[in-house]
Amino acid sequence: MIKIEKLHKSYPIGKEALHVLKGIDLHIKEGEFVSIMGSSGSGKSTLLNIVGLLDEHDKGDYFLNGQLIKNLNEKKAAILRNKFLGFVFQSFNLISYKTALENVALPLYYKGMKRKERLIVAMDYLDKVGLKDWANHLPNELSGGQKQRVAIARALVTKPKVVLADEPTGALDSTTSDAVMDLLKDINNEGMTVFVITHEEEIAAQTSRIVRLKDGVIISDELTKVAKVI
Amino acid sequence: MKFLFDSDTWQEIYGSIRKNKIRTLITIIGVLWGIFLLVVLLGAARGMENGFNKLFGNFATNSVFVWTQSTDIPFKGFQKGRRFNLNTNDIEALKSEYSKEIKFLAPRNQTNNLVIHNFKSGNFKVSGDYPVLDKIQKKKLIYGRFLNENDILSNSKVTAISEDMYKQLFDKDVFPIGEYIKINAINYKVIGVYEPSNTIDIDGDTAYIPFTTFRKVYNKANKIDWMMITAHEGTDIAQMEKDILRTLKSLHKVHPDDKRAFGSANLGENIGKITGFLIGMQFLTWFVGLATLIAGVFAIGNILLITVKERTKEIGIRRALGATPKSIRQQVILESVFLTTIAGMLGIVFGALVLFFIDRALGQGPDAVLINPTVNIPIIMIAFVTLVILGTLIGIIPAHMATVVKPIEALREE
Repeated sequence: MIKIEKLHKSYPIGKEALHVLKGIDLHIKEGEFVSIMGSSGSGKSTLLNIVGLLDEHDKGDYFLNGQLIKNLNEKKAAILRNKFLGFVFQSFNLISYKTALENVALPLYYKGMKRKERLIVAMDYLDKVGLKDWANHLPNELSGGQKQRVAIARALVTKPKVVLADEPTGALDSTTSDAVMDLLKDINNEGMTVFVITHEEEIAAQTSRIVRLKDGVIISDELTKVAKVI
Repeated sequence: MKFLFDSDTWQEIYGSIRKNKIRTLITIIGVLWGIFLLVVLLGAARGMENGFNKLFGNFATNSVFVWTQSTDIPFKGFQKGRRFNLNTNDIEALKSEYSKEIKFLAPRNQTNNLVIHNFKSGNFKVSGDYPVLDKIQKKKLIYGRFLNENDILSNSKVTAISEDMYKQLFDKDVFPIGEYIKINAINYKVIGVYEPSNTIDIDGDTAYIPFTTFRKVYNKANKIDWMMITAHEGTDIAQMEKDILRTLKSLHKVHPDDKRAFGSANLGENIGKITGFLIGMQFLTWFVGLATLIAGVFAIGNILLITVKERTKEIGIRRALGATPKSIRQQVILESVFLTTIAGMLGIVFGALVLFFIDRALGQGPDAVLINPTVNIPIIMIAFVTLVILGTLIGIIPAHMATVVKPIEALREE
C-alpha cells in the first residue's frame, strides 16, 4: 500500500538546511496497523506529511497504492488525498462553524457527491463512531473525545485506503484515548490500513507494528504482541 | 460555470459568511457606502440640473435682447451722446440678413399705466407685442387665449392679463374673459388670463396688447423700445449677437467701436456659465462617487485578505480533505462577488430611498430646489457591473494567497 525507498527530506532554515529524514525505507502492506514512534524532532511528523501528500520529499521514491508520487501539482495531490487518504489530527481540525454532520460530509463535497446523498453517508459514519445524536452540534459543543471521533468519521467517510493519524490521542485523557484507539482498531479489523504517529508507548503497543524513528532514520521495525496474537 | 448553480457552493459561502457576521457587515458597508454616495450625488446633481432647467424652462435659452442707449463716439457728423431708437425697418433688415440664424424676433414697446376695472385699479406694465412672444416666453393661460395674428392685423383693443392682475382688478366671482378693462382711458376686452411664470420672468404682471394697437394708442410710429431675438438650435449665439449689433450700428450710423450705443444681453451666455457649473458638479460627483466605490472595493479585498489569513488553517483542513486549489479559489472569489453584489444592491436601494426623501422634502412646489432627483438606470447598471467586476478582481488576490500556502503550513498555523 505504502512503499518508501531511500526517502530524504530537508527543510531550509535560513542558509542552512535541516536534514530531517535521512533515507527512510518503509513498506506498509494493505490492512496493517502501524505506529511510528519517536521523540519530537525525530522526523515522524514530516514522514506522515509526506505520506499524506501534504508535503513533498526531496529524494527517494514513494509509491502510494502502486502509484509513484513525483512532481504532483496541488490539484492532483488534492484528488489523491481525497481518494486514498483520511486524516486524523491531534488538534482535531474540525471546521468550527460547521456541525458534526457537515464536518463529516465535507470530504464528500470535494468528491462531488450530492448534498442529500452525502449527508446520509455522513450520518452513517457518525452512527459508526456513536455520535448520531450529536450530529447537529457544533464542534465547540463536543468533548475532546467526541471531536476526535467526529474527525475519525470524517477521515473514514470517503472510504480511503489509508487512515493517517497524527498523535490522535495527544489531546485526550487516557479513557477517551483508549476509546479512540479501540475505534481505530475496529477500523483496522475491517481491513483498512491505519498509520498512527505517537510518542506514547501505550498507544503504540495497541498497534500491530511499531516503527521507531530517531534523528531521521529508522532504528527498529518490529511486530507487537497484538500482531502475534492474531 | 457549473459551480455557480451548485447549491453546495452557496451553502459553503453562506456558512462562512454567517460565521463572520461583523466582518461581513463591515465589508458590505464599505461598498454600500460607495454606491450609495454615487446614487445620491448623481441624483442630487440631476435634481439640481432639472431645477435650473425648470428655471429657464419657459424661456428660449438661446435668446438675445437688444435695446438702444446713447452714443459714445462721434460719428458721421453726429455728436457723441446722441439718442436714437430702434425701428421697424431694423426688424425687416435683420430678418432678411439673418434669416438662417434667427428663429423668432419679437419687437416690443412697453410702458406703465394705470389699469382700471369698475372701481378697482392698479398700476401695471402695458406691453405691445406680437403673438411670437408666446414662442419665446411661453405663457400658460388659465382662461382664454394669447394675442393672435388677427388682433395685430385689425389693431384690436384686446388684452391678456396676468392672474394677479385678474385677482386685483376683478371681484371673486366675475369671469374675466369678455370683460373690459380701461388703460389710459381706452377700453380693452380681456381675452386671456395667464399664470405667473415661476421661472425667469422679465415682464412680471403685464397687460399684453397687440403691437399695432400699442403703436397707435401711444403714437410710437415705427419706433421700437427693444427686441428679443431667439436663434435656431446650434447657432453660435454670441457670434449672432455681435453680428446683429454690427448691422444695427451701420443702419443707425453708429461708430463700429461704440460700446455704449446699443445695450444687449445674451441669455445663452449666462446659461452657458450655469451649464458649465453643472457639468463641473457632475464631474465632481462621478469622481467622488467612483473614488468611494473603488475605496469600498479595496476594503472588501483587504478584509478578504485578512479573512484568508484568519482562515489559513481552515483552508489547510479543507485541502487535506481533498479541496483542490481551484475549488478554494472559486469559493473566495465567489464570496467577494457575492458580498459586492449584495452591498451594491443595498446601496442602490438605500440611495434611491434617500433620493425619494430628498424629492419629498425639497422637490415639491414651485420653489423646489431639486426637481426629480433621479439616476439613469443604465448608469446604475454600469456602476453595478463595474462594482461586481472590481469585486471579482479584488477577490483574486486573497484567493491566490489562499492557495499558494502549502497545506502543511496552513495546518501548522494555530
